Amino acid sequence: MSGQFEPKIAGFFCKWCTSAGADLAGTTRLKYPPNVIPVTMFCSSRVDPQYILQAFRDGADGVIIGGCHPGDCHYQAGNYKTMKRIILVKRLMQQMSIDEGRLRLEWISAAEGGKFARIIHEFTEEIRNLGPLQLAQAVAPGHGAKG
Amino acid sequence: MADKLKVDSGSRLRFGFYWAASCGGCEIAVLDVNEKILDVVANADILFWPVAMDTKYEDVRAMPDGHMDVCFFNGSIRNSEAKEIAQLLRKKSKVLVAFGSCAHHGCIPGLANLHNRREVFDTAYHREPSLDDSAGTEPKTKTRVKEGDLSLPEFFDHVFPLDRVVDVDYYLPGCPPPVPLILNAVTAIFEGNLPAKGAVLAPVKALCDECARNKHVAKKMPDIRRTWEIQADPEECFLEQGIICMGPATRAGCETRCINGNSPCTGCLGPTPEVTDQGAKMISALGSILKVDAEKEMSEEETKALLDKVKDPVGTFYMYGLASAIINHRRGK
Repeated sequence: MSGQFEPKIAGFFCKWCTSAGADLAGTTRLKYPPNVIPVTMFCSSRVDPQYILQAFRDGADGVIIGGCHPGDCHYQAGNYKTMKRIILVKRLMQQMSIDEGRLRLEWISAAEGGKFARIIHEFTEEIRNLGPLQLAQAVAPGHGAKG
Repeated sequence: MADKLKVDSGSRLRFGFYWAASCGGCEIAVLDVNEKILDVVANADILFWPVAMDTKYEDVRAMPDGHMDVCFFNGSIRNSEAKEIAQLLRKKSKVLVAFGSCAHHGCIPGLANLHNRREVFDTAYHREPSLDDSAGTEPKTKTRVKEGDLSLPEFFDHVFPLDRVVDVDYYLPGCPPPVPLILNAVTAIFEGNLPAKGAVLAPVKALCDECARNKHVAKKMPDIRRTWEIQADPEECFLEQGIICMGPATRAGCETRCINGNSPCTGCLGPTPEVTDQGAKMISALGSILKVDAEKEMSEEETKALLDKVKDPVGTFYMYGLASAIINHRRGK
């Protein structure tokens, strides 16, 4: 695989739907790329926008968030909160010249193992096409740079 | 808050003040201490204060290391001069305080991190409508004239908070720091009563905690309105009137001075202690309260159209904190 860019993707999946969907993808032996590092959260609304920004800063080329379909949130309305936050974070990314396609929000239920595998395929390829994010940290020039 | 400074008359404290990339407002804040500044002057020696005294960098260089007890440093690091003097003052001061939002988080100058040096120069020196740009003049680090070489500091591509170039002992937040916080800090210094290194010398709660406006337990933001669109009711929470107020994501300590003037908080005291990124936290808060009664009926397109009313997310959520945010400059600029 030398020479090919392998995207690093952080995944934040809600425990009740998307994580269960990921389990189903696994137990049904569906294949999908290994590029996503999944973190299970209790709810997609538990994904603090700080986590998304920190993931990008710490080397993630893409971030995917998975929650329950609208109307299906285990906590009634968490996913609606998530949707609003993700729209705003994407606006922020536009201003910071980070392609908003690097952040994706998907509703994947516990029954949608196939959808989980397909989305991970799709997103991995999209990020592969976008290339490495490479958010370099600036350092003040000159002697004794603390950085 | 102590009303009168308690001073150990046995030893006079040595103070220094400096301004880097700042507007001068922090210097005024020091003077806003009013007659209490006399207590300071009576019991301290001010060794270095470029805005008020004719002292030179050479005078500071001649001091032994650690000669000044306390240095209040305001302004962000925008050029090589600010960085060099920050390093010098760090060496010459026992306690270095990042004074004000610029030194603490980059503040308004930090918004230039959306642009690079070239873009800043083009705007400031060539494209300003009031400029006569016929000579195309812009600052250069070295210019040869017939009398010899002239030099200017190097303008950086980025704006940095003070702690990105030197170790900082304490932070006094605010744009400028509120007088009661300055007095508390000065009192703590005189009494030898400073907290652990790295502390922000301000309360730990969010601004909403000290805001006197009517707030409801289930906070609901009905819409996104800009301040000129409505006459805000001075008794009611701004957010509950649809105006973005940074209170939930901002540290208390200013005694709601903007809100008292019927202007929403824009976030100058920075985030509360457990938060790294003030803007991200405000985005989180908006997600929680915006149109909560209607969110289930709204399509994704309607939600996007609603959030389009936030015209400038960076300017709104990171007015003071961009240079110290998790992602602190425009990518690839």
